[in-house]
Amino acid sequence: MSAQLAQYLVTGLTIGAIYALVALGFAIIYNASHVINFAQGEFVMIGGMATVSFANSGLPLAVAIPLAVLAAAAVGLALEKLAVEPARGASVMTLIIITIGASIFLRGLATLVWDKRLHSLPPFSGDRPIAVGGAVILPQSLWVLGVTLAILLVLSWFFGRTLTGKAMLATSHNPLAAQLCGINVRLMLLLSFGLSAALGAIAGILIAPIALTSWEVGVMLGLKGFAAAVLGGLGSGAGAVFGGLLLGIVESLGAGYISSAYKDVIAFVIILAVLFFMPGGLFGRNSTERV
Amino acid sequence: MTMNWRTPRTGGLALLAAVIVLLPLALVNNYWYEVAILIGINAIVCVGLNLLIGYAGQISLGHAGFFGLGAYGSAVLTARFGWPPTVALAATSAGVALLALLVGRPILKLKGHYLAMATLGMGIIISIVIATEDRLTGGPDGMNVPPFALAGLTLAGERNWYWIVGAALFAAVWLALNLIDSPAGRALRALHGSEVGAQVSGIDPTRAKVGIFAISAVFASVAGSMMAHYSGFITPAKVNFFHSIELVTMVVFGGLASTFGAVIGAAVLTLLPQLLTVLKDYEMAVFGAMMLFTMVFFPHGLLPSLLLALGWKRK
Repeated sequence: MSAQLAQYLVTGLTIGAIYALVALGFAIIYNASHVINFAQGEFVMIGGMATVSFANSGLPLAVAIPLAVLAAAAVGLALEKLAVEPARGASVMTLIIITIGASIFLRGLATLVWDKRLHSLPPFSGDRPIAVGGAVILPQSLWVLGVTLAILLVLSWFFGRTLTGKAMLATSHNPLAAQLCGINVRLMLLLSFGLSAALGAIAGILIAPIALTSWEVGVMLGLKGFAAAVLGGLGSGAGAVFGGLLLGIVESLGAGYISSAYKDVIAFVIILAVLFFMPGGLFGRNSTERV
Repeated sequence: MTMNWRTPRTGGLALLAAVIVLLPLALVNNYWYEVAILIGINAIVCVGLNLLIGYAGQISLGHAGFFGLGAYGSAVLTARFGWPPTVALAATSAGVALLALLVGRPILKLKGHYLAMATLGMGIIISIVIATEDRLTGGPDGMNVPPFALAGLTLAGERNWYWIVGAALFAAVWLALNLIDSPAGRALRALHGSEVGAQVSGIDPTRAKVGIFAISAVFASVAGSMMAHYSGFITPAKVNFFHSIELVTMVVFGGLASTFGAVIGAAVLTLLPQLLTVLKDYEMAVFGAMMLFTMVFFPHGLLPSLLLALGWKRK
């Protein structure tokens, strides 16, 4: 019984870590621009699919992966430069529809560049399961958790210690004040898209050996990442991570103990319940409206 | 009192009626009738949704759920329980209104992206329940729906449905325009401007928001019921969150807070994929790019941008 529980927790944490990475991407762009980037899931897809195609062309994974992350980041930068920046000053609704258009465009492009089939990626270090206290852990799960942890450390260093990171934070708090302090606000917005795309791509690469990848894999992962970001409190880094892990565990327990057909229903019911009582998410700041 | 043909009420309604009456001249075969009917059904949902998003300033990413409840409500009540279609349609709309009132109360306390998430979650829950309860709904395979019958007369065929949907769209637009100009509509616009400001002027924000949420849900539900009877077969595909996002896209694309904009948005975004099928593999990428750049160049939506350019509307 407890072995079963441990198994569900391991599975939940693994997928939860992926959701957390996607949610962080949402949070970073939201902070920089107050836009929910509906194309976030496509970065996840590009990461996985680009790695597969680089690996198939004979490159070792150690080269294919960084190349795929760079490719996704380039797409993120292009999205900001070509679609979001020209629409500066438009309402948030308009910007959201622009990202939805971008998401459809990128999915369409993926079917042209690659194809409409499912692809698999070999696990980074074999697929022999490791038994821990009755639960079975795939080596790839350890990669997911380890890399996610490393990314969190790097991000907290970046936002806490580096000048660029602090400038991005300042921009998210108050763009005008940041600009007056000499921060290039437009550059920060561009950077946030690049960074967020890279994070999404890493999530897509990490999950590909476990869950296959295809041109439409980004839709569901993007949706779950958004749910995780909102659950934790939009714009909060800790909230995004906590929301992602919580969502992963709830899904895994719900699928295991209640019904796998209704696992998403269970997850969304819990999200709705949380929002009813905490309308700003778990880690969200309570906002008061100024009149 | 002089009639001003440039106001949406008179000029717009007359133009809409003219288009609905004259369009069959251009519909050369049943395929184009089908496209026109689809446009009409989407437009009815969008006119309702625009009341909520454009005027009250509240987003909903779950309206495909209401559309689906309307479709499946009518389908299940007529096919499984033998109810007359008109009774089923009325009962389903009443049920959807009640559900929207109940769910709307807690959900509409949320704001912005949190509201988007909550309505998205609601829509997904509805779509999963419909796809999973296969004994009632046929599950992912879908189910057959008996044709619509009124007073012993069975309505079928593209041409008949064209006139039903056309009349329903005209009624929907007329209702929406009246609602916007009524005290309730002004209350909604006040809410959009400032919730606290509206409250101070004696408007109950929760009541106003929940009311318009329920009305827009009923628009979607009736459109769903019509869709089910018209096509005679439904699957959960029209209930999923893609369709919700598609509907919001149509509203914003045509122009927020513009009833005719919503109709135009629905028309363009329903027609475009049909025209783009000639591009085969390139269809999706081209469609996404067109949507993206239209919004970049016309950030207010198609119709308001057009009216601005013609000088018919002040900034």
